[in-house]
Amino acid sequence: MNSVLYDAQGPRAKRRNILYTVLFIAALAALVWWVYASLDEKNQLEWALWKPYFGGDTEAYSAYIWPGLQNTLKAAALAMIIALPLGAVLGIARLSDHVWVRGPATVVVEFFRAIPVLVLMIFGNELYSQYTDVSSDDRPLYAVVTGLVLYNASVLAEIVRAGILALPKGQSEAAMAIGLRKNQVMRLILLPQAVTAMLPAIVSQLVVIVKDTALGGAVLTFPDLLAAANTMSGYYGANTIASFTIVALIFVILNFSLTSFASWLEGRLRRGKKSTGAVLGVQEAAEIGGTAATGAGGTPGAL
Amino acid sequence: MQLTLLSAVGSLVWGTLLAGMRVGPVPLMRGFGTAYVNIVRNIPLTVIILFASLGLHDTLGISLGAGDVVDSYSFRLAVLGLTAYTSAFVCEAIRAGINTVPVGQAEAARAIGLSFTQVLFLVVLPQAFRAAVLPLTNVLIALTKNTTVAAAIGVAEAAALMKDMVENEAQLLLISALFAFGFCCLTLPTGLILGWVSKKVAVKR
Repeated sequence: MNSVLYDAQGPRAKRRNILYTVLFIAALAALVWWVYASLDEKNQLEWALWKPYFGGDTEAYSAYIWPGLQNTLKAAALAMIIALPLGAVLGIARLSDHVWVRGPATVVVEFFRAIPVLVLMIFGNELYSQYTDVSSDDRPLYAVVTGLVLYNASVLAEIVRAGILALPKGQSEAAMAIGLRKNQVMRLILLPQAVTAMLPAIVSQLVVIVKDTALGGAVLTFPDLLAAANTMSGYYGANTIASFTIVALIFVILNFSLTSFASWLEGRLRRGKKSTGAVLGVQEAAEIGGTAATGAGGTPGAL
Repeated sequence: MQLTLLSAVGSLVWGTLLAGMRVGPVPLMRGFGTAYVNIVRNIPLTVIILFASLGLHDTLGISLGAGDVVDSYSFRLAVLGLTAYTSAFVCEAIRAGINTVPVGQAEAARAIGLSFTQVLFLVVLPQAFRAAVLPLTNVLIALTKNTTVAAAIGVAEAAALMKDMVENEAQLLLISALFAFGFCCLTLPTGLILGWVSKKVAVKR
């Protein structure tokens, strides 16, 4: 796509490219060999360590990975279900004409966007343990969901706001001209268009939610996929590397399918005739969230 | 803070290299860059950091030259993990920046006979960086917040400190408010200042 950056290659450039390719392969091979050697040196490549996952035995999956995955998905789904409406409400509130609605919404959104998810989770955990009688088994789940909801609702609010602001001004002007009230303009004209425009951005925020559930496994005692990796490596004789590889693989598959879905959706919506053509892309969403980098916040937001 | 700075510098360098690979003429490097970004972006940071600690150190005995001192090796491994993770996002931000540079710039540079590295480093990247300041700011803010994840492997940063304090003292709300305020102090001004910088340096077209 950036072929504009270099000329069509002549014989010399082709030779040079081959040289670079060979050098790069050599570097990669050296890296792979180094990894192999250090794994081998510590006996990490023994079949016994990898057997639980790749040996056709399903025990590891049914006893550890599946329950962990279920918990991960449960927390992620709960957080999504609560955060989406909350985010929509906050986003619309930020666009309100009344200062007393707009002001608090802005403060809430900016505040929670600035705090790491992990801090919110720890706060939630202690809050539940000190002021409520949630049983200590449920507490990690509650805390994880609380943290994710507070953070992601405010990021989603920003996405909603950006989506609505990205619509052409003529839309709301025309709606007001035919005598619709403010809430009708929002409900009937702006939101339906904005939602199509925002979908890809929202989906990529959902990826962040899935990734952030892993925080609960690491720091609170939430029995998610990551925690399952720890338990497994203890049970199968310290096969840390194998366990983490399989968990990372599952996360990659899960999130990669979500991301692919997002970009497919984006492409489809851009081609679609019904929208105004303004689609808030994954990139813009990452810019709003600042979370793309976080896993913990994303974002890349992870936090 | 130290964690943020070191990882920021590391991931900026590695991320730029990755972006260079992804737009370069050598197919294999393009493939490697794409694969790296797609894989790393989809693994939770927590998994990466924990792997760095449990997998790299405890199992393989890699401590990056820090010996057996718990504090210093987990700090170095945290920097490594954060760098590996953040650079994927830096790469994406820079690539988006490269896309904003008008085609004519690169064409003109090629027309006067510059090679690919010259086109990239003398003409395109300087402009791309100016356009990428805002996305990079967001990556930096996210990184600041992500440092809390290092708590998972026992680096004494804000979240770990908060957890200890909350567990030992009774004033949950006060302590939490304090830490929340601290993070607001770090991230909000960063956003404002760099947002201003990005307007200042943006290429007016």
